[in-house]
Amino acid sequence: MAQMTLADLVEALDLTVSAGAQDLAKEVTGGYVSDLLSDVIANSKEGDVWMTLQLHQNIIAVAFLNNLAGIIIVNGRQPEEATIKKAEEQGVVVMCSSLPTYEVAGRLYQLGVRRET
Amino acid sequence: MHIHSTLSPCTELGDMTPRAIVRAAIDKGLDMIAICDHNSSRNSGAAIRAAQGFPLSVIPGIEITSSEETHVLGLFPTLTMARAAQEEVYSRLPGANDEKAIGYQVVVDECDMVEDLEQALLIGATTMNIYRVVKLIHDLGGLAVASHVDRSGFGIFSQLGFIPDDLELDALEISKHINFDDASKKYRQLSNYTLVTSSDAHYVSDIGAAYTEAEMAEASFDELALAIRGDEGRRIIKPSRLV
Repeated sequence: MAQMTLADLVEALDLTVSAGAQDLAKEVTGGYVSDLLSDVIANSKEGDVWMTLQLHQNIIAVAFLNNLAGIIIVNGRQPEEATIKKAEEQGVVVMCSSLPTYEVAGRLYQLGVRRET
Repeated sequence: MHIHSTLSPCTELGDMTPRAIVRAAIDKGLDMIAICDHNSSRNSGAAIRAAQGFPLSVIPGIEITSSEETHVLGLFPTLTMARAAQEEVYSRLPGANDEKAIGYQVVVDECDMVEDLEQALLIGATTMNIYRVVKLIHDLGGLAVASHVDRSGFGIFSQLGFIPDDLELDALEISKHINFDDASKKYRQLSNYTLVTSSDAHYVSDIGAAYTEAEMAEASFDELALAIRGDEGRRIIKPSRLV
């Protein structure tokens, strides 16, 4: 895929940035969708942008653990305060979209966010 | 410590009535049970009354679904406290039940007579996050136990990946589907918590399929709280299951 950064996604999908605005130059190398954090730990890959509707602060630890490029919280949901605080502490980028997961993932795929299979 | 009644729409209609639950619990040699329906404690009182005169202590409870879709048991010292928890849950539980699609949510009295059909969507998730659920339970003097932590549906490890350090759970429940050693190997965080196991019975025949042995002076809520906290010589001896 063409090289893409979080800043490109923010612009293309009109995302709002809730945490980590200084780190939008991070490169995105793939995407992952799941709301079970255990599954994300097991199956997401480094550099993925992760789409979820979970708001709990554990999402930050999971993104940090797997070195994900960032998190997109979908469906107009707003992350909890503790989640934003943790994200700033751990340098995890949290973005929000008013669109549902399917739409966000579809648009990212169209933009070229995908791994060659 | 985790038995569903006919109020939970996922039970068979007319199976898990208070009298049937009490009879089965006594037959299985249990000293204490808790009635924990999904997001409601409306049948706890009937079960407590149905057990009067029998050697069985019934704790009023509720299995609350947090906004992350984890299940947390709230066990309460009194019916009043359980009802207060239920009121809070109901005010944050969107949706209405569809009896044809989901099942009947039958409220009964201690003689198994139908009193009402609950219309709230009990299988739904509340809008309270897990911290708020635990705080609600504690504010009302209850014990907060994460349900069936090993299960892929609604278990805390499945939903949240791990248990955050600042979440003040009193105990974790492991399901009857896994034994203690396997669970401990799979989830390292178990060693930080008091563990219990219960049947999570949805059918009368499941009652007693898993149980917890505890050292207590009597089968009461206060003694259970001491045992779970390991205070004053009370303790949970072991979570067990029948195979």
